[in-house]
Parts: sequence; C-alpha cells; structure tokens
Amino acid sequence: MSETKKTDTVAEAAVPKQASAPEERDVLLKVEGLTKHFPIKKGILQRQVGAVKAVDGLDFEVRKGETLGVVGESGCGKSTMGRVITRLQDPTGGKITFEGQDITRLNTGQMRPLRRDIQMIFQDPYGSLNPRHTIGSIVSAPFRLQGVEPEGGVKKEVQRLLALVGLSPEHYNRYPHEFSGGQRQRIGIARALALKPKLVVADEPVSALDVSIQAQVVNLMDDLQQELGLTYVIIAHDLSVVRHVSDRIAVMYLGKIVELADRTSLYESPMHPYTKALMSAVPVPDPKRRGQKSERILLRGDVPSPIAPPSGCRFHTRCWKATQICKTTEPQLVELRPGQRVACHHPENFADQAPQDTVLLTAAKEASELVPDAVLSEGAAGKEPASDKATAAEETAAAEAAASEAVASEEKPASEKEATASEDKQAASTEETASEEEAVSSESASEEEASGEGAAEDEEASEGEEASEDEVASEESAASGVKTGPGAKVSAGKAVPAADAPAEEPATATGAAADAPAEGSGDTEAVAEETGREAEATGKASGADSQESTGK
Amino acid sequence: MTELSKTGAAVGEPTDSGKAPEAFLEVRDLKVHFPTDDGLVKSVDGLSFSLEKGKTLAIVGESGSGKSVTSQAIMGLHRLGTRGKNVRMSGEIWLDGKELVSAAPDEVRKLRGREMAMIFQDPLSAMHPYYKVGDQIVEAYRVHHAVSKKVARTRAIEMLDRVGIPEPAKRVDGYPHEFSGGMRQRAMIAMALVNNPELLIADEPTTALDVTVQAQILDLIRDLQKEFGSAVIMITHDLGVVAEIADDVLVMYGGRCVERGPAGEVFEQPQHPYTWGLLGSMPRIDRETSERLIPVKGSPPSLINVPSGCAFHPRCPYADIPKGNVTRTVRPELEQVSTGHWSACHLSAEDRQRIWTEEIAPKL
Repeated sequence: MSETKKTDTVAEAAVPKQASAPEERDVLLKVEGLTKHFPIKKGILQRQVGAVKAVDGLDFEVRKGETLGVVGESGCGKSTMGRVITRLQDPTGGKITFEGQDITRLNTGQMRPLRRDIQMIFQDPYGSLNPRHTIGSIVSAPFRLQGVEPEGGVKKEVQRLLALVGLSPEHYNRYPHEFSGGQRQRIGIARALALKPKLVVADEPVSALDVSIQAQVVNLMDDLQQELGLTYVIIAHDLSVVRHVSDRIAVMYLGKIVELADRTSLYESPMHPYTKALMSAVPVPDPKRRGQKSERILLRGDVPSPIAPPSGCRFHTRCWKATQICKTTEPQLVELRPGQRVACHHPENFADQAPQDTVLLTAAKEASELVPDAVLSEGAAGKEPASDKATAAEETAAAEAAASEAVASEEKPASEKEATASEDKQAASTEETASEEEAVSSESASEEEASGEGAAEDEEASEGEEASEDEVASEESAASGVKTGPGAKVSAGKAVPAADAPAEEPATATGAAADAPAEGSGDTEAVAEETGREAEATGKASGADSQESTGK
Repeated sequence: MTELSKTGAAVGEPTDSGKAPEAFLEVRDLKVHFPTDDGLVKSVDGLSFSLEKGKTLAIVGESGSGKSVTSQAIMGLHRLGTRGKNVRMSGEIWLDGKELVSAAPDEVRKLRGREMAMIFQDPLSAMHPYYKVGDQIVEAYRVHHAVSKKVARTRAIEMLDRVGIPEPAKRVDGYPHEFSGGMRQRAMIAMALVNNPELLIADEPTTALDVTVQAQILDLIRDLQKEFGSAVIMITHDLGVVAEIADDVLVMYGGRCVERGPAGEVFEQPQHPYTWGLLGSMPRIDRETSERLIPVKGSPPSLINVPSGCAFHPRCPYADIPKGNVTRTVRPELEQVSTGHWSACHLSAEDRQRIWTEEIAPKL
C-alpha cells in the first residue's frame, strides 16, 4: 500500500502544478494523492489479505465560494471521499490541506477547532438525527461542543437558524419523528450551519427526498451559499441535480477522478468516455426525445470490484474505445483544455492522446455492440486520422506534442530530453505516450534513458510501482530491442500482484496480457516505420490475435 | 377467506355494478382504505383508469400519494393473510374480462404470477436470501405449469439469458447476495416474466439503481414488452423515466388522480398545477440551467386528514383564483381537456392556459 501512496504522490507532484498557480490563494481545500483503503482481514490471525480501494489517488482543490459537485456510480468512493476530507475517517495516504494547513494527520483534539470550519450534511435525514433529542438540543449541540456562546444566547441563535432554513422557531422542543423527510434535512442543514462553517460537505443531501421537496432544499442551499458565502462539496449520483448546483464537477470511477471540469464544458463537451456514457444515460423528461435513442450509450455490466480494480485505465473493461495502452498504462489526470482535466488515452471531443494505439480490446468490441453506430462512427472518425498521423510522419506527432505542450508545460523539456538522448525515430512516434509518462516521472524516464537495460532491472527491483512504469519499460525495451520481452514480462507479472494482491487468476491474466502487448506494440512501431499503414494493419491483426488468445 | 372480500365489498358501492369492459385492464373507482388507531388512511380514494395490451402507463406522484398501494391492490396483495383484515377495498378491477376485487382469493392466486406479475423496488428484500435465484424462478414457473424441475430449470436459464445475465447456466445456482444491484433487478424481471404475464407492474424498478444501470433496465423492459406484447404499469416519481417509457401518464396526489393523459400531452400541455410543480422542481439535463428551481411549497398531505376541497389547495399558488372558495370546499372532478387528457382542477381552461404559457413554461 505504501507503494501506491508513493506513486500517487509522485503523480501529484507533476500534474496539477500546471493547473492552478494563479488561484492558489483562493484555494480553500486542496487534496493531493488522497487514498483510503479498507483492509480485508481473514483467518485466525486476522492477516490482511487485501484491501478495498475505495479512494485511490484523488487530486483536486476546492476554491472559496464555489460548489464542487462529485458524481459517480454507487461504489465509486465518492462518499468515502467526503468522509475522508472532513476527517471523519482517516486517509490511508495523501495530503489534505485546508486553508494552507495540513490536516491529514491531525488527531481528534487537534481537529476540534477546525470542526467549526468544516461541516457535513448527511444523506439520510432519518439516521442522522438522534431520535431521543429535541431539535433544540440537536441544533445547539455544536455550540455546546465548541464552547461557543453566540450573541443573544444559544436558544435565540438556534431559533434564528431554524427560521433561516425555513422551519418555525416553535419547533425547538419537538422531536425528529414529528418532522417529514424534507424538514429533517433542513434540521441537518441548520446544524451544519450553526457555527458558520467555511466548507460544507453534503453527501447526497437531496436523494432521499421527493422531487418537489428536493427542489426546496436545493434552493435553500443555494440561498444560504449566497447569504453566508459558503463553499460546498456536494456529493450526489443524480447528474441533473449536480449540474444544477455545481460550478465545477468531478466525475469519479472506481476511486479515481476521471474528469474534472467546470459545469458547462463537462456537460457540453465531455471528454472522458465514462462521463459521456453517464450523461447519455440520464433520462430526459421530454417524450419527444424518446426516439433519439442513437444518443444513448449503454455501458455493459457493472462497476468492477474495488478490491481488484482493472489494470491500466480502470474503465477499460467497459469502454468502447479501449485499446492496448488502456490496459497497460494508467492515464493521468491532465489538463487538456483550460479548466478541464481528464484521465484518458482516447478522449472524446479532443485529439487522441495515444494515436498509435489503434487496436481495440476485446472488451471494447463487446461494448461497441451496444453503442449506437452514430457514436461509434464518430469515434472511428476521430481515431482514423489520428492513426494516419502516427504512421505518416513524425512532424504531425511533434506538432501534436507541441499543442499539448501549451497545456502541459513540463512535457516539453522531458520530451526534448528523450529526443536528444536516444535520437531515435521511435521516440518521436511514441512521443505522445512517452511524454505522458514523463509528465508522471520525468526523473525515472531520464534514468532509464541513461541505461536501457538497467531500467528494466530497476523495474524488477521496484516491483510495487504501478502499471504505468511497465509501459515505460516496455517502450524502452521496444527501443533497445532485445531484452524486451522477458524484462517487461517479469516486471509486469510482479507489479500487478504486488499492487492488488488478491485473486490469482486476474493477476496471471494481466501478466500474460502485458507480455503480449510488449511484442505487439514493438511490432507495430517497428514495421510502421518502414512500410506504413499496410504493415500496421498486419501488426494490428497480430496484436488482436495475441490479445484474444491471452484474454480468455 | 370469502368473508374478507365481503368486508372489502361492504364499503362503498356494490362491485358488480359494471359490466366487463373492453379494455384489457380497467380500474373503476378503486378505493383502498386502511383503518388505523389514528384514523382511516385513505391511500387510494376513487381511482379509475384503463390500459390496453402492449401499452405502458406511468403512475407518477410523491411518496404517500397512493401509487404503490394501487399496484398492490391490482395484484391482490392487500388481501393476503392477516393483512386482509386491515384493509377496506371497493371499486372494480377488471383484468381481461375478470373482476378481481370481488373474486375469491384462490381465483386471484391463479392469476397472480401468470397473468399479472410485479417487479419490486428493492430486489434484495423482494427475493428470498436463503434460496438460489434459479430455484426461485423455477418455483414461480412450476406453480403455474405442470412440468418437471429439469424443464423448469432450463426455462429459468433461458429467462436469465434473455434479461442479459452473463453465464446464466452458472448464475442460476447463485444466491441473491452474489448478484449486484442491477443483476438482481434483472433476475427479478426474469422471475416476473417467466410465465409470460400479460400485465407487468413495475414499482419503482430503477429507483435504487445507478443511471447507467437504470438505462439498461429501462431498455430491457421496453424490449421485453415489445416481444411479449404485455401491458406495463410503471410506477415512479422520476419524470425522466416516464418520458422515456410511458404511453400514458397518470399523476396522483393524495390518493386521487389529478391528471391523466397521453405522455406527450402531459409534458407539453400539463393542466394541473401539481404537474407544473413536478416539472418545475426537476433539474433538467437537457435545458439551460435556470437560476432557480420552482419547488412546490409545503409537504405532501396526510392521508388521514386529506385537505378538504381540492387536496392540493394548501400547496397550490393559484388556489385563490377560482371564485367563491370552491378550492377549499368542493372536490374537483376529472374533466376532459382534450381527447384522452383529463384533469381535476377548479381553474378555468383559460386561466390554466394563460398560467401555463405565461408563467410556467418560460421558466422550465
């Protein structure tokens, strides 16, 4: 687990630096490489046999006065994230900074003064209020615990709060069971606001409520934000509600943020395929649009288990655009467009991040059966020219790299280094991928350049490193040519079980699969150099073959 | 058991007043009341509608509006065991030429599962945790078909496959807890459809599911309906789901129907202020984000003390427009607005038209 933490922090160090330097002072809460793993213990000795990786490397910041929405399917770790950033649960790794103060490792006593500033609204208005306490004592509890004596006395202040959230002051002496769901949620809000917090984390604040009541509570939260200058983190699974309330939205999938963008860009031009699928699935209350089923992307199956998340991109098992690189290399959350960060190799509405990788995974082929033709052809159209570019000339690749340099400034020196170091044409053709890797760990990349074989050995030594490193290794080995296969195989084989220990089958499967691509991609690149597209087609076929054989 | 149906028939009008209707399913003046210590809970209070084969009716409303009770009444679930003593039912439910409210429980039992089947909201609690999923489907099949276990098992595997469960031959021996939420819901749909029922009632079938899974399930229900030609009653509070799947919409409030009509019309030209409220309080993903939602003020009425007159009047912003206090004293009856489109509101047609086009529609 410590390894995962390490990689996460490494990843963090490189990526968001480019994001928000100018707004640094406005950042209220900053989360870096946050992880939360729940151990699974077995046997008489209660040995840890695995971990539920509920949250597995989150990077984001919340600015003053904004509303950050967090969406995702159940089990993606959004609620755990909420509980960890409010320190109701202790993070396994990463760093949480609130107003410049590191609160990751504060103990209960040290956290107490901060509880004034960070409050939470819970999902279940029935479970979060003590049935044996009156509303008065529930809402005044924060004052008691913090030893705060508000102006005019506690009772008066509580009654003011009740009025603020739309309840009447004479409810003071009633018990929770006397209230309806919507009213109880208001009580929860009143309690959260009692100490004038700076940050309110609301976990599914309206999902237990009826539609008409939902709107009341949404409006109330909106009013309170304007009145009191609150900052919200709103966690919800309802995309229409999140869209309505949020300024920026983070989309989570299996413990990771796959896309983080402002509301308009996210809903108008989602880049991550998962975001797109998620939004296309939202039913629209307009019967006229029923016929337009072509817009709908149906995801096959369920979210994989967070105990053994898929290798590489976690969405690749359900993604219709997934290629070999998605299986082996984890995409980093990169700011592709100003204000829109995406973790994807083949984003929608944007240039492909791994254009040379065109072989669809078997999973993707299955998924594509369910994807309407329109979407698929659009995807193909986006991909075809990209692959042309990759095979035709390095100039295009270089140009693309230059384009992405504008966004990710670190990439430039790194890729230049690589170009000068190896002076290999392959470097240019794989630049897109390579530079991504370098953004992650430019030091390790340059190290490997210094000694090609040594790098492979390094990989073996540091077996815990994530799959991303394997990709670097395999590319590296593709360049050096000989030692490749075995080296990549060993490192991949070891790295995967080390990372997510539990089931043997998947581990070996990934090991084998990672072996195949090393050859496949090596092939593709080498041949593509010389003969262009035809040769690539064969490479594609062989890649597909090997993959199908290993897949089962 | 027969005396139970007599108690049911004792309240309200005589049940055999009507003749068998032409529609496949027709509900006439259905009342379901529950006597409690606090008073009589009028969960459903005079509901009428009809439904043809191959069509989908969506029943929309807040919690406590009587949607689920209606569906359970059609299935005859209120009259099972001791529960039957605590319910007063009246009215008529005609299913394919048979009247169900006055029918003997044994008669209804023969229909239940075969002619009409139900999908429940929470599949984990609707399935027996102790029995294998396959065995539960087999049981549902063998109750109505005299076949061997082996044949029934083949049928169960076939159904699991049909609803899109991977490796059905293996999954048939799984327990409910081994299925994920979406798969459980699929398994329950398989169980409901194993006898090719002609009426399928889905009570909030997707509420507990994620949007991606919800889309899968809605598509599945739609496909199966096309294949089997069943009539579907979809109970939901999500207008998005309604627009997705319904031919007709029935909006319930306080145990009564306040608006009923073809889905297109109800969304385009809604006539009842409560329907406006529902539409206004939904954030929509397909429109510009307006600054504020338009909620319905207050909370749903208690079914013990349903407000006099129009049950919606305490929450209705237009309750004062009709003259002479009628909204508070006279209960509005359903009136036809256009073909097949009915609404129960005291507002005059002109007022409604004006309010909808000038005040409500621009804000949506």
